[in-house]
Amino acid sequence: MTMQIADSVSLSAPDAKARAHAAAARDNLRTEPRAVRITIIALAMIFLSVFVVLPLVIVFAQAFSKGILAFFAALAEPEALAAIKLTLLVAAISVGLNLVFGLVAAWAIAKFEFQGKTFLITLIDLPFSVSPVISGLVFVLLFGAQGYFGGWLRDHDIQILFAVPGIALATTFVTFPFVARALIPLMQEQGTQEEEAAVSLGASGLQTFFRVTLPNIKWGVLYGVLLCNARAMGEFGAVSVVSGHIRGETNTMPLLVEILYNEYQFVAAFAIASLLAMLALITLIAKTVLERHLDEGHDASDH
Amino acid sequence: MTIEVRNLVKKFGGFAALDGVGLKVNDGELLALLGPSGSGKTTLLRIIAGLDWPDAGEVSFNGEDALAQGARERHVGFVFQHYALFRHMTVFENVAFGLRVQPRAIRKDEATIRVRVKELLDLVQLDWLSDRYPSQLSGGQRQRIALARALAIEPRILLLDEPFGALDAKVRKELRKWLRSLHHEINVTSIFVTHDQEEALEVANRVVVMDKGRIEQIGSPDDVYERPASAFVHGFIGESIELPVQVEGGVVRLGDQPLRLAADGLAPGASRLFVRRHDMLVGPSGSGAFEGAVQHVRNFGPVQRAEIALSGGETIEIDAPRGRELRAGDTIGLEPRRYRIFAG
Repeated sequence: MTMQIADSVSLSAPDAKARAHAAAARDNLRTEPRAVRITIIALAMIFLSVFVVLPLVIVFAQAFSKGILAFFAALAEPEALAAIKLTLLVAAISVGLNLVFGLVAAWAIAKFEFQGKTFLITLIDLPFSVSPVISGLVFVLLFGAQGYFGGWLRDHDIQILFAVPGIALATTFVTFPFVARALIPLMQEQGTQEEEAAVSLGASGLQTFFRVTLPNIKWGVLYGVLLCNARAMGEFGAVSVVSGHIRGETNTMPLLVEILYNEYQFVAAFAIASLLAMLALITLIAKTVLERHLDEGHDASDH
Repeated sequence: MTIEVRNLVKKFGGFAALDGVGLKVNDGELLALLGPSGSGKTTLLRIIAGLDWPDAGEVSFNGEDALAQGARERHVGFVFQHYALFRHMTVFENVAFGLRVQPRAIRKDEATIRVRVKELLDLVQLDWLSDRYPSQLSGGQRQRIALARALAIEPRILLLDEPFGALDAKVRKELRKWLRSLHHEINVTSIFVTHDQEEALEVANRVVVMDKGRIEQIGSPDDVYERPASAFVHGFIGESIELPVQVEGGVVRLGDQPLRLAADGLAPGASRLFVRRHDMLVGPSGSGAFEGAVQHVRNFGPVQRAEIALSGGETIEIDAPRGRELRAGDTIGLEPRRYRIFAG
């Protein structure tokens, strides 16, 4: 035993020297002087601290500023509970819809050749490039009392604006690109050969989808759903336009945060804000894990 | 199972991948589709499998219309160029896939499926890999698993797209022999696509040579090598010397020099003369149809490869047997033992 240890020690000395040399060589290869490097790194760190870490800390500090009891009391308010419930419901609807639409759109783009494909790809990104407020206004123009379908909807007693359907529609519109965007490159890379193999082995369309296509893209689907969900729960602009801000009925969590803040109920506002911040942190961690799985998937497909 | 293809046309945009292809494949045959890339051979294979559809023409299996059926109903085993193994399934599940997706009425029970998959893995000599994933296999192993998977459904026809295209030279040679003996064992009508002439000549019973969406020649490996039907086939298969010649009044000319070659039955006009490199016999200066100076010589095992500047100006490469050593600077006579002249 002792011999081995002695060996490894004697080996490690030149090893360390070699590493130091290598590091020095690397340093020499860099063109920037040391001072410039340190300045750039420091700038990035300071910026991140001031604009990202500090606000996050303040959210939690404010939420707990009157103690843990006040924090939970704020969350137990009927208005807060209603907002949480509504947010979860809207997120569930829009993530569900976008999962289906996103899959269909990604499938069409990745696996078929057709006229207007480039146009469709551009269209998918539209919700990202349009201001969320405009996205909300579009639905007001369509379904509002003075809107194109407003009269018909009123005659048939269907409430879309200032109700759950309107909020769900606006959220779905704003979050549409996430699932499709996550899947298109993945499905394009994988091509259609495995599906063709499945069909030539006698699999039906559904069997091919559930046994071959879906398992191959499952991490991509989860990744898209995760980002879609985070945005759906956090969406403010589009929802604010269509919600009508009816207390206890059409206020989602972000809307309620603003209302409470404007009414100087800081603990309550930040308590709900802290929930959204937690969601963001969890999303971030899950995203990292999923990205690792996606990378592995790419490696495995390397022939 | 016989396969008959009539007048197939398939266009991609303005490009005709298949331009009136007709072909008959006999029962139990092992047929090679040979051609350069872009010659339409893979397109033809995919249409037979039902993975692509022709713009015009007919495909029939045993006389019955195959185009009326989708890929799923045709019962054709297809081995893809890049294998297309299901990456999230083990080797065992890959091979079992075709058995598991059968309609409930005819699906076999789990025990039978296990026995069958084991048999197939034994057949391709890879039963020890059944729990691995495709990413853990070598190229040659993936190829054999892809074949076992295609055979699991007891296909009426087996189609292989560039089966050895992605493998290194040594594995290719081994798998070639193996495929030949496997075909002998299972005796299912098979077509494989390749751009490698050696592969086609060594493995297939019959070879179909394709170029630019058309069939240039169908014949046994000997036929296409010894009796090429067109200039393309002669140039594509085997290493050939190609010289532009002129046929006039029963005389073949290279440049302004008449060659001592028979020109019986040749149409007058610009033509191309083809000679295999090893069919050019070396003699003393003044003998033979050509005269030339040796430029330089390299030895390849049993042959010496010499670059010769012909007196007409062209430079050719010949393969001469060892024994009578050629040296740079020698002036020699050359006589083609066999040659062919194609118009155009």
